[in-house]
Amino acid sequence: MEKFTTLQSRAIPLHIENVDTDQIIPARFLKATDRKGFGDNVFRDWRYHKDGTANSDFVLNNSKYSGSILVAGDNFGCGSSREHAAWAITDYGFKVVVSSFFADIFKGNALNNGLLPVQVSKQFLSDLFQQLESNPYTELEVNLENQTISVENSDLSEDFEIDAYKKTCMINGYDDIDYLVNNKEQIEAFEAQKIY
Amino acid sequence: MSKKTLFDKVWDSHVVSSIENGPQILYIDKHLIHEVTSPQAFNELEDRGIPVFRPNQIVATADHNTPTLNQDQPVRDKLSRQQLEQLSKNCKKNNITLYELGHKYNGIVHVMAPELGVTQPGLTMVCGDSHTSTHGAFGAIAFGIGTSQVAQVFASQCLLLKKPKSLRVSVNGKLKNGVLPKDVILYIISKLGTNSGTGYFCEYAGNVFEEMSMEGRMTVCNMSIEMGARGGMIAPDETTFEYVKGRKFAPQGGEFEKKVAYWKTLPTDEGAQFDKEYSFDAEDIEPMITYGTNPGMGIKISENIPVDENPSFKKSLAYMNFEAGESLINKPINFVFIGSCTNSRIEDFRVAAEYIKGKKKAKNVTAWLVPGSKQVEAQIIEEGLKTVFDEAGFELRQPGCSACLAMNDDKIPQGEYCVSTSNRNFEGRQGQGSRTILASPLVAAATAVEGKIIDISKHLN
Repeated sequence: MEKFTTLQSRAIPLHIENVDTDQIIPARFLKATDRKGFGDNVFRDWRYHKDGTANSDFVLNNSKYSGSILVAGDNFGCGSSREHAAWAITDYGFKVVVSSFFADIFKGNALNNGLLPVQVSKQFLSDLFQQLESNPYTELEVNLENQTISVENSDLSEDFEIDAYKKTCMINGYDDIDYLVNNKEQIEAFEAQKIY
Repeated sequence: MSKKTLFDKVWDSHVVSSIENGPQILYIDKHLIHEVTSPQAFNELEDRGIPVFRPNQIVATADHNTPTLNQDQPVRDKLSRQQLEQLSKNCKKNNITLYELGHKYNGIVHVMAPELGVTQPGLTMVCGDSHTSTHGAFGAIAFGIGTSQVAQVFASQCLLLKKPKSLRVSVNGKLKNGVLPKDVILYIISKLGTNSGTGYFCEYAGNVFEEMSMEGRMTVCNMSIEMGARGGMIAPDETTFEYVKGRKFAPQGGEFEKKVAYWKTLPTDEGAQFDKEYSFDAEDIEPMITYGTNPGMGIKISENIPVDENPSFKKSLAYMNFEAGESLINKPINFVFIGSCTNSRIEDFRVAAEYIKGKKKAKNVTAWLVPGSKQVEAQIIEEGLKTVFDEAGFELRQPGCSACLAMNDDKIPQGEYCVSTSNRNFEGRQGQGSRTILASPLVAAATAVEGKIIDISKHLN
């Protein structure tokens, strides 16, 4: 897994609530048996019309916006457990998703793929949308060590929470498999004396 | 001794160890896998040179990406065929039991595992599918995981997790005629919203769930994830034990009695504390229907769509081509789907058949019935339900996830409404541009017969 410490980048505002994983990557693209290439189809049915032409109203097709931070409405990533959603977002080039609320499974999947979910207050999110919509060139800084997100050249800044263990994993690029496999003896001992 | 919830008892008995200020290592008893979310996990293990730790605790099936017609013939879609072949290859290589397409035990993972007795009270179960919450109906801790976690369970039979908070939803009283388990859960989600359960495991309590069959309890627990809860649970009781008894992988003979004695200790202790509690009156529940693009956007079938100025709400109604404040009664419907891990068990088809018997589907309607498993399919034929469906013009297909997520060819055309017994009404869920209306098998059957949405409660009374 790639390490994550700090990121300075512009951001893309996806001002929609309850974005579900079927929108992030529709089921018909889940036939692949590897993790690569899903970025081509991220938000497919919002990005493209049925005839394959780009939907110019969708923010990813708005040339004013770019960057590796996705800023999305409340309850991002709800629905299916497909990790393809996290793969699609990272494959497209995002390293951070900011929202006021994340669905559980998506959040876990993101962290397991080096994609940082930054959960902010509703007020901060609303201010951030306003800032990005009035100035698409706004730069943000996400600092994982200090657990802060801030908008450059403004007072807009907030702390965010992250599980201490997951933070260590993200900063060092560790994943859970290493940890679990190293604890196999303990797991075997547990199996030998299960009470149920 | 401190008072514990059902969830606490099962969770605590599976903790291998705890990391200071971090997650716990949770032991997983049963791991269910399917073709879509497992290949990358097998690849990862292979790349790292890690063997599958406990292959005999894994059960595999092919369900998400399978055709529901001509299952005896080679799968036509190349990518789907490759994905299915990959699953067979991976299972063979790693000594994992696979019930592949056409096998008499094949079916949707959340239908076939309970049928085979793989699902039992007090176990921890996972699957790379968010509707794994279904198995909580037996008093198991069961939840959906991502593919990285599938790889973790392959490698260690464990997961690193923080214990979720606890939530209890109680429903007491007498359900009205025509109100099915699907209506109960759609009602709960419409009241609580799609993220009220995030970070929680939910226990369903009260006489309404106690009186439900296992099939009904599975429908309820199945949709826990639609309010954000990773899992839902119902205390195991005689109904549970009776269901499990004698099934292929259930404990046999004296071992079964020993297990029952243990399972009886699992229900929540009187006075145990939950982090959050809600309770509802069964009499307030009516047949439900959804009008929007998330499962929380549900109303009683007799009610009008609410008015809301929220832009996401308006976007949702625009997608559905509905107006705020209007009623859905008499809306013409051309597609009806009865199936999915929510409602594809024998009881669901019995309910549909009972209503349909002696009637015909409306001419404008395409009505697909997709059983959850080969066993359900066989039972439909054996009980004579197929004859009822055939005579009424419904199309009984072969088992699989089918039009619930439309990975295969079972897609609802652009712009069409589908009254569906599945679990998600997200944009395009049943095919690009399709519009899903979630409902019970009874409402779905009635819609197919009438060719439009009707107030089923009036028809029954």
